[in-house]
Amino acid sequence: MIHPHDSPIVRHLSRVLIPFLQLFAVYVVVHGQYSPGGGFVGGVVFGTSLILGLLAFGTGQGQGQGLAHTVAFRWEGVGLLLLAGVGTLCLIGGAEFLNYHALLLPGMEASARRWTGILLAQIGVGIDVAATAVAIFFSLSLFNERDDDHA
Amino acid sequence: MLELWLSRLNFLVFAFLFLWGLYFMITHHNLIKKLIGMYLLQTSIIFLFVTLGAKTGGTVPVVFDTGSIRPELYTNPLPTALMLTAIVVGVSTLGVSLSLAVRIYRHYHTLDEDEIARSPE
Amino acid sequence: MTLWVTIPLLLLIVVTALSAILMRDLIGAVFILGCYSFLLALLWAWFGAADVGFTEAVVGAGLSTVFFLLALFLTTPRETRTHHHQISWPGVIVLVTSGLLLLASMEDLPVLGDLLSPANARVSPDYLLRSIQETRTPSVVASIIMDYRSMDTIVETAVIFTAGIACRFLLRKD
Repeated sequence: MIHPHDSPIVRHLSRVLIPFLQLFAVYVVVHGQYSPGGGFVGGVVFGTSLILGLLAFGTGQGQGQGLAHTVAFRWEGVGLLLLAGVGTLCLIGGAEFLNYHALLLPGMEASARRWTGILLAQIGVGIDVAATAVAIFFSLSLFNERDDDHA
Repeated sequence: MLELWLSRLNFLVFAFLFLWGLYFMITHHNLIKKLIGMYLLQTSIIFLFVTLGAKTGGTVPVVFDTGSIRPELYTNPLPTALMLTAIVVGVSTLGVSLSLAVRIYRHYHTLDEDEIARSPE
Repeated sequence: MTLWVTIPLLLLIVVTALSAILMRDLIGAVFILGCYSFLLALLWAWFGAADVGFTEAVVGAGLSTVFFLLALFLTTPRETRTHHHQISWPGVIVLVTSGLLLLASMEDLPVLGDLLSPANARVSPDYLLRSIQETRTPSVVASIIMDYRSMDTIVETAVIFTAGIACRFLLRKD
């Protein structure tokens, strides 16, 4: 159980900083094909922004924990499901697993279909990594000892 | 001899970091220091792979033009692509090993390997 | 490669790796490990591997420090100094022998920054030339991990997912 931070400076600055971190994380994931970055780093930055919220505002129920609880406890499998789902759609389209040129999108040439497949894979990986980071944080912080709290 | 070593500095640093991390991962008595040694081991291997793909005068492998592309201007993208996933998998396994260490502490009330081996279960 | 930048960075990396282990206070050791990760990220960004540098800076200097500190505060909140480490001489002998064996094979490896090593001359032009035409993705690293080698990525994603689940199972309240 982590209590909200004592200092109001930390709380106010976190409130300002967390939306920018999340926007930056979404930018890095979506622009992963045009600049260094991609799904892995974007997911870790998103998870880090949620961890900052939990460290500043505590892990109990209250303000700022809704998204962290949802991402860690409900969306753990969504990333892997998205990635495997894209692969299965390629199987349905007639090619091998994760061969994006066989996705069933009308009106696009083969290289545009591969671009779309890469984008969906990046989003899937980002969700998976963010959910794992926050889930490990929750596991480590909610595990309380019986004879603790001397400090 | 010195010129041989100076031109392959990455391998020297890799050998040192790898053996240093491995020695303390095996012989130190504290569990957290063992995990620090494991982290040094993992990052030393990633370091070796990334520097094996470096090229003199090479830049970030983002290729915008569809005309004639000269491959010697860009660093080798394959080792960096493989090591990208390796880093994130490394931190996930670090999380699992830290969870194991916390469970061990809960049962034995110590993180010292010698005391755990001596304790009467 | 320009040695004026790489030699001080490599020296700092070695010094921080040495002190992360030799330091007896565990919280200080964890912070020095964060410095070590950050210096590694600088070095990789200097070598042109921007993706790996970015990831190491976020993951090493951010996430792993948080996990280590959480585990430390859960286990030993009072005594964070380890006692003296006994040097085990068989271990040192094995260490020195393997070090000499590794250094003896050093001439077979390519020079740092070599343009004609087998990895740089044969394999890398293939991906660099094909990526923009076949996938419309300027970032070659993204197209390698998500398209050309997507099987590796999906299996590693499964490993990350399993690690998250394993932590949840290990640290349940009971």
